[in-house]
Amino acid sequence: MAAGKPPVIQIRRVTKSYGHGDATVHALRGPSAPDGSPLGVSLDIEEGDFVAVMGSSGSGKSTLMNILGCLDVPTAGRYLLDGIDVGHLDEGQLSLVRNRKIGFVFQSFNLVPRTTALAQVELPLAYAGVRAAERRRRALAALSLVGLGERAGHKPNQLSGGQQQRVAVARALVTSPAMLLADEPTGNLDSHSTEEVLGIIDRLNASGRTVVMITHEDEVARHAKRVIRLVDGAIISDVRQAEVDGPPPALAVEVGV
Amino acid sequence: MIAWQMLRFAVGGLAANKVRSALTMLGVLIGVASVILLLAVGNGSSVAVKNSITALGTNSLTVSSSALRGSATAAKKLTVDDAKALATAAASDSPAIKSVAPVVTTTGTALYGNISYQPGSIVGTYPAYFETSNQKVAHGDYFSGDDVLNARKVAVIGSTTAKQLFDTEDPVGKSITIGGTPFTVVGVLQTKGATGFNDPDDVVIAPLPTVQNAFTGFGSLNQILVQASSAETTAEAQSDITRILMGTHAIQDATKVDFRISNQTSLLTARESTTKTFTVLLGAVAAISLLVGGIGITNIMLVTVTERTKEIGIRKALGAPRRVILGQFLAESTLLSVVGAGLGVLAGIVGSHFSIVGIKPVVIPESVLGAFAIAVAIGLFFGSYPANRAASLRPIDALRHE
Repeated sequence: MAAGKPPVIQIRRVTKSYGHGDATVHALRGPSAPDGSPLGVSLDIEEGDFVAVMGSSGSGKSTLMNILGCLDVPTAGRYLLDGIDVGHLDEGQLSLVRNRKIGFVFQSFNLVPRTTALAQVELPLAYAGVRAAERRRRALAALSLVGLGERAGHKPNQLSGGQQQRVAVARALVTSPAMLLADEPTGNLDSHSTEEVLGIIDRLNASGRTVVMITHEDEVARHAKRVIRLVDGAIISDVRQAEVDGPPPALAVEVGV
Repeated sequence: MIAWQMLRFAVGGLAANKVRSALTMLGVLIGVASVILLLAVGNGSSVAVKNSITALGTNSLTVSSSALRGSATAAKKLTVDDAKALATAAASDSPAIKSVAPVVTTTGTALYGNISYQPGSIVGTYPAYFETSNQKVAHGDYFSGDDVLNARKVAVIGSTTAKQLFDTEDPVGKSITIGGTPFTVVGVLQTKGATGFNDPDDVVIAPLPTVQNAFTGFGSLNQILVQASSAETTAEAQSDITRILMGTHAIQDATKVDFRISNQTSLLTARESTTKTFTVLLGAVAAISLLVGGIGITNIMLVTVTERTKEIGIRKALGAPRRVILGQFLAESTLLSVVGAGLGVLAGIVGSHFSIVGIKPVVIPESVLGAFAIAVAIGLFFGSYPANRAASLRPIDALRHE
């Protein structure tokens, strides 16, 4: 057990609301206090965990994902990412945190148009100021990890959906981030590509990378070690499917543990 | 490293929309080219005026008869006697007057062999005319005072006339026939170059009595050309001339003089300042077109930022700092203006090799540098608003943008 290690993610009584006065909408509220005011969501995610966040649309899972990814700031509450209190950072420091600590995988791939797979994967390294030769070496390694080593020179419009998403995964992991944040990574993929991408994520997690994945499919959530369900901006269930230290469930079956 | 990256992103961004980028550059190109070209035209006309001032001769004053039509007293024409009176005064009590040349002008057809040509003018005068009107002989010699006294049939011809009549042949010593009178060519004048109004090289200059005898008769003169001893003494020379001619014409009232003294240099100096105004106006019009080109850059960069909002969101999610996004879009707009301005300089310089409405443009080197620098500054200035907008987008909003 990694009992001594602090969790990668610690959120404490985080709320996110839009609008003012009567029109206020709480996208994230957590349980209600006796007087009806939101208490906020609290959640710890440990290093090496593979968490699936589930919920129907409007449940607040995208809001949670944006806050976890430092793309949005919570209305109230604290968020510690890898021990850093993100709430106190300015725009420039936040972009640094996104660059170093978080790897994004989006539903719609979100590759930069007109850019080769290699250049895509090099992009976060370029923003981090890594030298060209080093950048190239690491980008090629990341691409071969997702099985696209020979497609480094292809542009997004020359790649299939599954391949594009694998480029996105390579781009997300090339900086060795503290956490891989995947927002419905298989939402736009056929079943074959879904298996491929999930297989890559499983293996990444097995090698120790923390993964937070948003999904609404049970099929996909089955790959996670822990499944959190959100309804109306509050966590209603938190189920552990496998040990944090062990392999993810999908691999455990294959290996036959 | 990052700078090189930004430049590469910028080139990629521009290449993604080739037609649009090309049209935006065209706006800057036209602006820069027109600044260079219009200033060159203005400068060219001012240079032409300056040249014609030098061509006119230094410190020359032209006395001509101002025969007032319908005036009660018939104006007395200028005569050789007037010129002689001036010359006598110059020799004695008027140090401001250096030399005097009476002038008659006429037209006629010159014949050489079977070639017939009508020179712009046939001038009858004294040898002093050459110096006063800044006419120098390139080949051969001037006619002399002796030729004038003996009314010899000799002539000095302008380079245009020489070219028309003799082409490549050497005119000196050849005989041409003008109006039935044979003249021996003794000299060919240096080319002064057209000033855009008339060709000073299209002329035949012969001794005064010869021309009077053959064409005009021994009556009045067309004008008397007077050279002042220096630029400072032109005013003094002018008053001396007025005084002497009032004497010979027996006029008491200075307001009723029947002649006119014009100082062509001052006229041309006035015209030079007119061409300066003209140059400034042309430059202003061109500057406006450069400004419009700059607005074109802002316009297209705003469209580009809107179009690529999602891309900006992705870059921000990957950790692109604000300054990198700012730099990328500034690099794009500056690249547009630099390439546009570069091509504009090229177009302006090429265009200035053609003569425009009779004016040979003369490129002002400062205008090339200035137009280029202003265009680049415009690219930075007009690009900074869209670039700032791109850089300050919130990543979450940019990513959601479809």
